[in-house]
Amino acid sequence: MDTWNILEYVAWALSAMFGVLMLIDLIRIDTTYDNELLISSREGEIEATAERHEI
Amino acid sequence: MANVTSTAAEPERLQLLRVLGPAHIWALGVGIVLVGEYMGWNFSVGKGGMIAGLVACWVAGLLYTCVAMIDSEVTSTVAAAGGQYAQAKHIVGPLMAFNVGLFLVMAYTMLEAANAITVGFLLDTVAGMQGHSGLNQQPFIILAIMFLAWLNYRGVLATLTFNLVITAIAFLAIITLFISVQFGASNVPLDFSAVTTDPLPYGWVGIVAALHFGLWYYLGIEGTCQAAEEVRSPARSLPYGTMAGIMTLLIAATMTWYVCSGLVPWEYLGQAGTPLFDAARVTGSTGLMILLFVGTTFATLASANGCINDASRAWFSMGRDRYLPSWFGAVHPVYRTPYRAIVFLVPIALIFALGAPLDQVVTFSILSGLLGYTFMTFNMVMFRNKWPLDTIKRGYVHPFHPLPTIVLLILCSTAYFAVFLGYGTQLSAMMCFYIVASLWFHFRRYQFVRRGDQFTMPWPKPVGY
Repeated sequence: MDTWNILEYVAWALSAMFGVLMLIDLIRIDTTYDNELLISSREGEIEATAERHEI
Repeated sequence: MANVTSTAAEPERLQLLRVLGPAHIWALGVGIVLVGEYMGWNFSVGKGGMIAGLVACWVAGLLYTCVAMIDSEVTSTVAAAGGQYAQAKHIVGPLMAFNVGLFLVMAYTMLEAANAITVGFLLDTVAGMQGHSGLNQQPFIILAIMFLAWLNYRGVLATLTFNLVITAIAFLAIITLFISVQFGASNVPLDFSAVTTDPLPYGWVGIVAALHFGLWYYLGIEGTCQAAEEVRSPARSLPYGTMAGIMTLLIAATMTWYVCSGLVPWEYLGQAGTPLFDAARVTGSTGLMILLFVGTTFATLASANGCINDASRAWFSMGRDRYLPSWFGAVHPVYRTPYRAIVFLVPIALIFALGAPLDQVVTFSILSGLLGYTFMTFNMVMFRNKWPLDTIKRGYVHPFHPLPTIVLLILCSTAYFAVFLGYGTQLSAMMCFYIVASLWFHFRRYQFVRRGDQFTMPWPKPVGY
């Protein structure tokens, strides 16, 4: 087994790790916070207060 | 929980974080595109020869300068995540907005998949040079997508700061190669004799055919406006970052054509997988070869990284407006990223990266991009007609209107013809897909859209309404 074979296994392992990290965090957030809060973002809220678009 | 918007009258809300500056916008735009200098553009030389490659480089440059100017004006006014999707929603209408959102997601997800395929190809090339044949590319393709998706998941500032660093290195690698060759660092002298001996091997139609791949030099610069809700001063930063980006790309594209065409015979250049890396190998300099390999890898990763950022913002915006299930419109309470959209798009990118050939993936990306540019033409005309210059404040006003719009429309038409010459079936299939998706949206999905809530800009009534 040469270096490239080892790198292939390392790449598989890291891929699985990043995927699992994201999924665990997603599940943790979705079960900890109320969904209404998570989807409460509204477009243009800061825009409305910061930039008036008036001449 | 920091930075949660809350007033006595309204419940608390989660918003994306406004932490980016003009340099991040530059890194997002140039980062997505610069990979086109490292690979892909050279097929234009194969389609029509050296002159056709240069004409395609500059004509596509003109097309994208029009895109950057038009986009800068509109996006400095409609500063919302989703970019052109939000523009279409406010200026044209819901069905156009839904289609533009899909164009964006498809173009960026396909481009992300193409970049991941390229990472696998690059590592396979290096393994082959070291005597290891038959490298399994799949784990490296998956790792590229997983790592960058995780980075995007964790926060936009780290993601685009990472992009700024690796994009700057990739750009400096091109400049270093250009200067080194000019000062005689190459074992092989620059040779442009084919320009006179074999100027247009396939005639004038070769120039039209070359245009398809000429787009590759600049494809994706319009992605800068996806960061509109995360940039500190959108009206200033977005035009500044976008215009600086297109100027960077025009310089990089011309240098790339010059060095590669001078060092590599056009018959080989037209089929090369990694033209700048190959040009560095021709110089015989180990230092340049390593630098351009690093540049190629960084440019590829920067592009995939920016694509994940942009595709997820477009998908998130559509979810937030109920154009898609509202589940996708969620913001992470700690990292302030559209985390569900990021995770959802990972398997889609993986399917295309592992299951589709590179040229098909690239063509679908280009076609979706072209459809988006065509939208920009009539979007700009409608924007100026409905809200003339004296009615709302713009962060940037592009000159010579409507000339850039007309030029863009003509060049888009020519590019469609060029794509049709090589990929007519894919063009037709793509159009069918968008027609079916539009029917689904009109008859099934639009009933769930909160119609009154989707127009968010504090603008006066449009002229004539």
